[in-house]
Amino acid sequence: MQLILRGISHRYGGTNVLEDISFAVGDGEIVCIVGPSGCGKSTLLRIAGGLERPDEGEVLVAGKAPDGSLNPLTYIFQDFALLPWRTVAGNVSLVLEDHGIEAKKRRAIIEDVLSRTNLSDFSRALPRQLSGGMKQRVAIARALAVKPAIMLMDEPLSALDSQTRELLMDDLVALWQRERFSACYVTHNLAEAVRLGRRIVVLSRRPGRIREVVEIDMPLTERPERLVELEKLQRQVWKIMREEAREADREISDVA
Amino acid sequence: MSHEAAAEGRERAEEDAAAREDARPVPFRGGGFTHRRLGPVAPIVFLAIIALWEVGSRTGVISPVALPAPSEALGALADLVATGMLWKHVGASLYRLSLGWVLGSLLGISAGLMIGLFSLARAGLLPLVSALFPIPKIALLPLFIIWFGIGEGSKVATILFGTFFPTVIATYGGVDNVDRNLIRMGQSFGLSWLSIVRKIIIPGAMPAILSGFRISASIAIVLLVAAEMIGAETGIGAYILMAGALFALDQLIAGVALLSTLGLAIAWLIGRTERALLAWRA
Ligand SMILES: Nc1ncnc2c1ncn2[C@@H]1O[C@H](COP(=O)(O)OP(=O)(O)OP(=O)(O)O)[C@@H](O)[C@H]1O
Ligand SMILES: [Mg+2]
Repeated sequence: MQLILRGISHRYGGTNVLEDISFAVGDGEIVCIVGPSGCGKSTLLRIAGGLERPDEGEVLVAGKAPDGSLNPLTYIFQDFALLPWRTVAGNVSLVLEDHGIEAKKRRAIIEDVLSRTNLSDFSRALPRQLSGGMKQRVAIARALAVKPAIMLMDEPLSALDSQTRELLMDDLVALWQRERFSACYVTHNLAEAVRLGRRIVVLSRRPGRIREVVEIDMPLTERPERLVELEKLQRQVWKIMREEAREADREISDVA
Repeated sequence: MSHEAAAEGRERAEEDAAAREDARPVPFRGGGFTHRRLGPVAPIVFLAIIALWEVGSRTGVISPVALPAPSEALGALADLVATGMLWKHVGASLYRLSLGWVLGSLLGISAGLMIGLFSLARAGLLPLVSALFPIPKIALLPLFIIWFGIGEGSKVATILFGTFFPTVIATYGGVDNVDRNLIRMGQSFGLSWLSIVRKIIIPGAMPAILSGFRISASIAIVLLVAAEMIGAETGIGAYILMAGALFALDQLIAGVALLSTLGLAIAWLIGRTERALLAWRA
């Protein structure tokens, strides 16, 4: 399934947060969105998934969702957003309960997604008993349970330590290899962006506009071996962002 | 192997400590501010106070005119049991208390949810709640007697109104404090409105609602006694009033002890409910 954003602009009160953002996420493509803090990345993602109405512009989907997809546009949140009073299995079950799936089939789905995220042994644990990385794996399992066509991920690895991040990144890549979902991946970590993105949309500081789109035409599987090239791309993106940050800094010192 | 690494580390640390004679332990300062469960403390405090009191009465330090000995109060209690009046009084009180409190809590939770969920209800009901909450409900008892009769109706109504307002405030405060991100998560997975309320908002507000129960239960007991002091023949409040009128201080103390026991029992029940419903928090 494809996701198309056309001319998105948004304001909060008097401040422009997003200005005329247009891009598309193709079938089975991962598009990364990077930009300085506060430039409206999270807002853009909320708009993309229909959680917020943009002041101008529209969000479209095209194509058919895979068979049995219960929730084509599915989020993975930075803070995991697990219900603390439900067990791991209960948290996954939550998103299936409204779809009138019979109990036996539901249990089978839960078992399947938990085993795919290596969580089978923890299905009866409560979120507070899990480490951060495990919590995010639960959130990923929950997302998989509804068979998403497009994943919307808002800094899904930012709350984790760097080792856990590495491991989970590998999990994500493996997952994408199997499922080939489309994804919109917001991050401030450029290494993640060049590791995952088919394209990287660089936003300017607030009000967020598209500053540049960097294409990376390299299969995900080859990327761990071609680190030198990725490094170069990462530096290229960083140069663009650094200019933005410098200008923002200058503006602030002008005000002071 | 990790075993060897650990042993090596221990050796190094011992050597370092031995080399410096001014090596000293880091003082512990992380204590306090957490609660342990100390089971026997509460009964010991209770028994100690009662024993002191009994000794004071026996030795004449406490005049029997001012305060009867606990043993006398116990005697009055035994009389109550023997005449079969105990259950009559306690039963009448429990009936009024549970009916008034349950109805008040149910209505309070419903109104609190409405205020928490709907802007219209919030705009319309919240000022009303703020205006009516501070009125001592006992002042309205004459009004309730006219509306609901001198019998059970007015007493239950007093307790109901007294319970209703704190429950409303606890509930809508709890709803307001539910993590917005969890609600957004529910929406992003396409959960129905009812599912979000039932599975995210109500469990999220439950800690606040249960704290509200503790307050409303105490208010309910206070109002129960006050209401039973007007136009009631049975009930713990009526019993205390009667004892007071006759200056039968032993009976008065016995009545007060019944009230305290009732309060303790309710607090214990709410504690149990909290531990069952909020096990996920600990
Ligand atoms: N609900 C809201 N009401 C008012 N202002 C908001 C709201 N949400 C976000 N903002 C403002 O909009 C701007 C963009 O916020 P957003 O969270 O989208 O940025 P971001 O790029 O995700 O930042 P970060 O990198 O810190 O996550 C910020 O200045 C923020 O203060
Ligand atoms: Mg953000």
